[in-house]
Amino acid sequence: MSGLNELYQELILDHNKNPRNFKKIENADKLVEGYNPLCGDHYTIYVNMAGDLIKDIGFQGAGCAISKASASMMTTAVKGITKKEAEELFTKFHALVTRDVHDDNEANIEELGCLGALAGVAEFPARIKCASLAWHALHGALNSEGKAVVSTEDSEKEKK
Amino acid sequence: MMKTQSQSAVAEAENTAAALFDVQRIREDFPILKQKVHGKPLVYLDNAATSQKPQAVIDTLTRYYVGQNANIHRGVHYLSEIATYEYEKARGKVKLFLNAADSREIIFVRGTTEGINLVKDTYGRKFIGKDDEIIISAMEHHSNIVPWQLLCEEKGAKLRVIPMNDRGELLLDEYEKLLNEHTKFVSVVYVSNSLGTINPIKKIIQRAHERGIPVLIDGAQVASHLKVDVQNLDCDFFVFSGHKVFGPTGIGALYGKTKYLEQMPPYQGGGDMISSVTFEKTTYNVLPYKFEAGTPNIADVIGMGAGIDYVTTVGFDAITAYEKELLKYATEVLSGIEGVRIIGTAEEKAAVVSLVFDSVHAHDVGTILDNEGIAVRTGHHCTQPVMQRFGIPATARASFAFYNTMEEVDALARGLRKVKEIFGA
Ligand SMILES: Cc1ncc(COP(=O)(O)O)c(C=O)c1O
Repeated sequence: MSGLNELYQELILDHNKNPRNFKKIENADKLVEGYNPLCGDHYTIYVNMAGDLIKDIGFQGAGCAISKASASMMTTAVKGITKKEAEELFTKFHALVTRDVHDDNEANIEELGCLGALAGVAEFPARIKCASLAWHALHGALNSEGKAVVSTEDSEKEKK
Repeated sequence: MMKTQSQSAVAEAENTAAALFDVQRIREDFPILKQKVHGKPLVYLDNAATSQKPQAVIDTLTRYYVGQNANIHRGVHYLSEIATYEYEKARGKVKLFLNAADSREIIFVRGTTEGINLVKDTYGRKFIGKDDEIIISAMEHHSNIVPWQLLCEEKGAKLRVIPMNDRGELLLDEYEKLLNEHTKFVSVVYVSNSLGTINPIKKIIQRAHERGIPVLIDGAQVASHLKVDVQNLDCDFFVFSGHKVFGPTGIGALYGKTKYLEQMPPYQGGGDMISSVTFEKTTYNVLPYKFEAGTPNIADVIGMGAGIDYVTTVGFDAITAYEKELLKYATEVLSGIEGVRIIGTAEEKAAVVSLVFDSVHAHDVGTILDNEGIAVRTGHHCTQPVMQRFGIPATARASFAFYNTMEEVDALARGLRKVKEIFGA
C-alpha cells in the first residue's frame, strides 16, 4: 500500500465515520481545546485521571478525516495507561508521522499497534498537523491543571 | 441522460469559448502549465491565491538582471538611467491599467496587504479618531479586516460590517443604514476571493460619497478578471497585488486620489521619500515618492509591468467573456455532483467556485485532488468570517484564469467523484 490508499485506508475511514470515545465527559478533571487555526480543525479533549492513570478520555469537535481518525485512535490507545506511557506513545507517534519517508529505515510501526495505520501521513507533509493535533491537545491536558487551549501553530517543529 | 446533457454542454461551451480565443495557444505562454504533478498533467485551479507567470514576465526579469540592474533615482550613470526609465515606465503602465488620472497617483507597495496598511497608517491615523466608524463588509479578506481592527483599537474607533445574504451578496439596504455622521471610512472588496461575488462597488462608493466619506477598494481579485477604471468607479483608493495579475510576487500598487495622498503623512521614513534633510527639519518628496521610502522592488515593478502588458494584450473583453463560459460550465458540471454544494452563488460572480461536501472535509478533498495533479486551495481562504457566516469550517476552492480549459473542469469533476469513491460518500 502506498500514497493515497495508505492515507485513506479502511481503518482510518472507519475511525472518521465512527469515532470512538466521541463523548463529552461532564466535570472532567482536564479539558483541553486543540485548534488548528490554518484549517479550522477544532477538538475538545476531556480526561479523567485516577492518580497517574488515564481512567477515561473523550473528545468532541470537527475537522478533516485524518485529524478525527487520529483523535479517535489516540483515545483508544491511551485509555487505561499512565501519563508517562501516554507521553512515550506520543513521542513515538510523532516520530512516525514526521519521519523522513525517503529514509529507508522502516519506522517501528508494529510497536504502535493500530496507531501505525497513520504512518502514511508522513508522505503528506501538509497533513502532519492534522494527525498530531489531538496528541498535542492530550499532551497539553496531561501537563496542565483544568482547562487549556493548544494550537498547532505553537509547535514550531511542524511548521512546514 | 445526464451524460448527453453535459456532453452537449461541453460542446456548446467549447464552441463559444473557441470563438473568443485560442486557449491552447495562450497556454503555450505559461511554461509551468506543461508540468506533470504526481505523474498527471498539472491542473492549476488556485489562481486566486496566485496566478502563473507568462514567459514574457520571466524574460523581463531576466533581461533586467542581465542588462539593466542599477539603483534608481540616484545615479547619473547609464544603467541607473535605464533602470529608472523602466521603473517609471511600469508606473505609467499601472496608471493606464487602472485608468488613473495621473501617474503620481500610483504608489508601489509589496501587495494588497501593504497597500491597505499604508492607507490605515497614514490616512487612518491622521483622520480617524475616537468613536469614529469604519465600514467593511462581511466578505473581506483578513487583510482588509485586521488593519482596521488595529486602528480601531489604537484610536477607540468602531468597525461596522455590511452583512450578506445566503448567496453571498452584500445587503445594500443594511449598508445604507450603517452610514452615519460617525462614518469616516469605507473599505470593501471588489471581488470576493472565497465566494467569487462581484460587489456593486460603484453604488457603495456613491452612497459613501454622498456623505463625503472616502472609499478604499480591495482589488486583489478583480484585477485579473475585469477591466478596472478607477475614475469611472470614482474610488478614492484602490489596491492590488502584481502576483495575482500574472506578475512577480512581492509587488503591488496602491492608487490614491491626489487630493487624499497630498493630505496624508508619509508612510515610512528613509531615502527617496525626502526632498531635503537637516537635523532640524525634513521636507518630504513629491508624490508618489513621499510614499516610496528606500530602494524599491525595482525588478518586480518592471516585471509587474510586463504582466500588465500581457493581460492587456490578451484583452479584458475576451478574458471576461471566456471566463464567464468557464464559470458557467464549472457551475453546471460541479453542482451536478451529488453531495457537493457550491458556496457563493451570487448573481454577479467571477470565475471562482468554492465547494463543500456534505460528509468530507475540504482538506481531504484537497489531498485527493492533489494526487490527481489538481491544485485547489482548501481552508478558510483568509476569510474566517465568511466561513462562520455559512457555518462551515472550510471549502475547497477552484479559482480559474483565462488559461484554464473546459477539459480541466472535467478533470476536477472526475477528481471530486474520486473523493466520493474513497469516502463512500
Ligand atoms: C480579496 C483579497 N484581498 C487581499 C489579499 C491579500 O493579497 P496579498 O497577500 O497579495 O497582499 C488577497 C490575497 O489572497 C485577496 O484575495
